[in-house]
Amino acid sequence: MSQPFRRAAGGRIDRSRTLTFHFEGRAYEAHPGDTLSSALLANGVRVVARGPYTGRPRGTYGIGAEEPNAFVQVDSGPGEPMVRATQLEVYDGLVARSLAGKGSLGEEPDDSRYDKTWAHCDVLVVGAGPAGLAAAHAAGVTGARVILADERPEPGGDLLGGRAHLDGRPAMDWVTDLRARLAGLPEVRVLPRTTVTGAYDGNFLVAVQRRTEHLGPAAPAHVARQRLWHIRAGQVVLATGAHERPILFPDNDRPGVMLAAAAAGYAWRYGVLPGRRAVVAGAHDGALWAAVDLVDAGVELAAVLDARHLAGGQAHRALRDRGVVVAAGHGVVGTDADADGVLTAAWVAPVDGDGQARRIACDLLATSGGWNPAVHLYSQAGGRPRWSDDHAAFVPGDPLPAVACVGAAAGTFDLADALAEGAEAGWQAAAATHGGGGEEPLPPATDSVASAGAPAACWITARADSPPETIFVDLQRDATLRDVRRAVGAGMRASEHVKRFTTAGTAADQGRTTGVTTVGVLAGLLGLPVGAVGTTTYRPPYAPISFALLAGRDRGRLLDPERRTPMHERHEADGAVFENVGQWKRPWYYPAPGEDLDQAVLRECRAAREGVAMMDVSTLGKIDLRGPDVGEFLDRVYTNRFSTLRVGQCRYGVMCRADGMVFDDGVTARLAPDRYHMTTTTGNAAAVLDWLDEWLQTEWPDLRVSATSVTDQWAAVAVVGPGSREVLRRLAPSLDVSAEAFPFLTVRDATVAGIPARVFRISFTGELSYEINVPAWYGLALWDAVAEAGRPAGITPYGTETMHVLRAEKGFIVAGQDTDGTVTPHDAGLGWAVSTVKPFIGGRSLARPDTARNDRKRLVGLLPADPSVVLAEGAQLVVDADAPTPVPMLGHVTSSYRSAALGRSFALALVAGGLTHRGETLQAVDGGQAHPVVVTEPVFYDAEGARRDG
Amino acid sequence: MLSVPCPWCGPRDETEFRYGGQAHVAYPADPAACSDAEWAGYLFMRDNPKGWFAERWFHSAGCRRWFNAVRHTVTYEFAAVYAPFTQPPGVPS
Ligand SMILES: [Zn+2]
Repeated sequence: MSQPFRRAAGGRIDRSRTLTFHFEGRAYEAHPGDTLSSALLANGVRVVARGPYTGRPRGTYGIGAEEPNAFVQVDSGPGEPMVRATQLEVYDGLVARSLAGKGSLGEEPDDSRYDKTWAHCDVLVVGAGPAGLAAAHAAGVTGARVILADERPEPGGDLLGGRAHLDGRPAMDWVTDLRARLAGLPEVRVLPRTTVTGAYDGNFLVAVQRRTEHLGPAAPAHVARQRLWHIRAGQVVLATGAHERPILFPDNDRPGVMLAAAAAGYAWRYGVLPGRRAVVAGAHDGALWAAVDLVDAGVELAAVLDARHLAGGQAHRALRDRGVVVAAGHGVVGTDADADGVLTAAWVAPVDGDGQARRIACDLLATSGGWNPAVHLYSQAGGRPRWSDDHAAFVPGDPLPAVACVGAAAGTFDLADALAEGAEAGWQAAAATHGGGGEEPLPPATDSVASAGAPAACWITARADSPPETIFVDLQRDATLRDVRRAVGAGMRASEHVKRFTTAGTAADQGRTTGVTTVGVLAGLLGLPVGAVGTTTYRPPYAPISFALLAGRDRGRLLDPERRTPMHERHEADGAVFENVGQWKRPWYYPAPGEDLDQAVLRECRAAREGVAMMDVSTLGKIDLRGPDVGEFLDRVYTNRFSTLRVGQCRYGVMCRADGMVFDDGVTARLAPDRYHMTTTTGNAAAVLDWLDEWLQTEWPDLRVSATSVTDQWAAVAVVGPGSREVLRRLAPSLDVSAEAFPFLTVRDATVAGIPARVFRISFTGELSYEINVPAWYGLALWDAVAEAGRPAGITPYGTETMHVLRAEKGFIVAGQDTDGTVTPHDAGLGWAVSTVKPFIGGRSLARPDTARNDRKRLVGLLPADPSVVLAEGAQLVVDADAPTPVPMLGHVTSSYRSAALGRSFALALVAGGLTHRGETLQAVDGGQAHPVVVTEPVFYDAEGARRDG
Repeated sequence: MLSVPCPWCGPRDETEFRYGGQAHVAYPADPAACSDAEWAGYLFMRDNPKGWFAERWFHSAGCRRWFNAVRHTVTYEFAAVYAPFTQPPGVPS
């Protein structure tokens, strides 16, 4: 018979439809509304997982987010490791298998869509149980913007399928009414299947919404499978409920042992009998009510045990009416199992003394040690839970601003009280953010239940001689009482330490069922009050979040913006290999057919040094500076002087941070008395603009200067090499390009190839060269025109690798490559650019004793003894690689290339003492190999600078 | 994620801002007149109180303006935001 444990009627399932799913390779039937756990129980499947270390069989233990055992690997759809079967909604075609400890990631990429969204609201209510529904309604009727998030498929919480009455009607009628009312409030948004996983500063909460997983293959492809919500809430109402905790006993891990309210929940919410003959063992009224629910569902009650010595109260009476007598002062001290390890009997004894144990045959052992308020989000938001003897639980401590805890999450377990508390909190929250309004709705009427007495803090029931390694404190980690005793024996006192030593509470279930129990056990071993030991810290996320969801659509090409110059398509057509420079795509080199990087770069370098070459330099940072005080401002920002620059001139400048370390460099031109054009390194453009803004706004607001990024507004082509003047002459016939009329370090406005252009005569290679700037939309036209004009001379496009070789041959540094935030201008060999007469940012630092030391690391050149060896950038420099460790390190290689002009390899390096080592041989160590290198001046080519005029 | 109350734009997510450290640490008018110790104090020494702290923020991905804020370093609560070169309004004790 199919689904032998399915009750004849009842439950929030659709019995008119039957679904087929597979578990461990076998086909089973279920109904819409089932979770994998309820469906497996309906089919009599008791073993769902194995202990990761013990291999012992484990069964479904809980009914929701607290589940420690029933984690499964889902193989259907995109597949997912470690899904709680208690929260996995069955769909037609679901395929899952059991796990022992951990799952595995799928081999195939997940092509499902994952989304992110941002939302603001006046009131966020977390949890749609009775208290949360009451809160959302009370807040919503004021007109406030309300978000109600709940992890279950439908609102209602523990009222779902339950037997409570509200306003004299079944509670589900009230839930249905309230849902309709919420749906009629335009500013209220209800998010089912949405788990709030993190509470961060300023009431910023993150939630995971599962949108289509429950549909299985029927999920529409255009709808995101999951959505990550970032919610900024004015007020937060935490109605997160409570998690049931067990009482521990020997062999408490057998399939058939289950939390009591979970067992009752299966019977009524899903219409599934979790067993046919039960022993119920508890230490609070809730366990007794669970027994009532089980017997009313048709489960035979073999025994009901209460660790407390109490009689009377409504639950006792209800059981007595059903012919069940509660065994007060009794608990479970062991279990028996069949050959499959599944529960067959419980051993029962008085909890005090060592009375005779009695064997009671059963296939369900429903245990409940009480309820732990779900204080996770309260704790994440900065709250500190406190131990309450009245609740025998940790409850929210001091209130937090703009956060309210209500209902079971606040330790308010009575339904009437929880409803009133929720409504009041929702009303107050709306008043605090939105102003409130309208009439406060009354919570529904319900009877309070007379309790038999306060819950007891009962952690373990066992005999004195019970082996501690059979008492599991963490089922998912297979951690036992013996492990906790060992931790204490090793001297540990803090719950954080015991958690790490035993791993109890560190598994995917985060110790939701037994975390507090572990604290209770620890307190018992230490002879301390539970409150003095305290809980471990609750950190986000409350429930695991997949990386696919965190990535959302920011994957592949959408991971990061890609910046392309206007000439990009031509570089692609020319076969360029690109490299990433920040977000820019820059041509790295342009291989001719059959060429590798080295061959291409040697050819490109030769063209630049011997003929003519061209490069796209559009990515250079460009800042337009305007105002009467720009010159003064630049004098303060640069180490050298710019106020004396004449219109039409440009100058190389170095910027330092206040600590005197090189920050950036570049060429800046004066275009008009009150207008300068600054260039920065490609990667530093935004940082330099920030730097200028910072000083202008926070130190020198009296300076009349405005700084605007124009990096993307200009495209630029560098024309480089002895043949560059001729190319420019052809392109700009009206421009006098003679060395006399257009000298080095000047700028000219000109018409180039018919395009209005700004031409700089500057050089980053040591060769005669021009950088032609045009408005960006002319960039491609300019590139093509330069290529055409240079064709007779064999103009050669080159990329960043060749640029680096050419500049390094000249000893030109790249800020950020040859400097690293610990290098002064003097260290970098740029002392010539540092004014000794005017103040500038960082200037005072250059006179500090540390920056004035002679043994600072300074820029030098290196020539490897073997001219074919290209040193690794970053290789350490030592005197003797075979010296006993620690080997004193003198510095490291910062730039290293093979040079066409030199016919050999060379490098730049930072070395302690700099050129005092000139002519010495050091060892460059990389990957365990030492290469002898000779220290030289950092200028390898055309030291006298004869080539820049062509 | 802090919600930073930019005085020009209103509350915005922290990711739009750059933190600027302690406020009211003026660049010395004449750095050359500073002793080494005074200059090192300007460069490296900042207060690190547990409690209310006047600090600088830059709305780098918004209005691109600097402002000062008084913020509690334990609760992260903002008590006030105010323009550079002005003194903090009354600060809770
Ligand atoms: Zn702003």
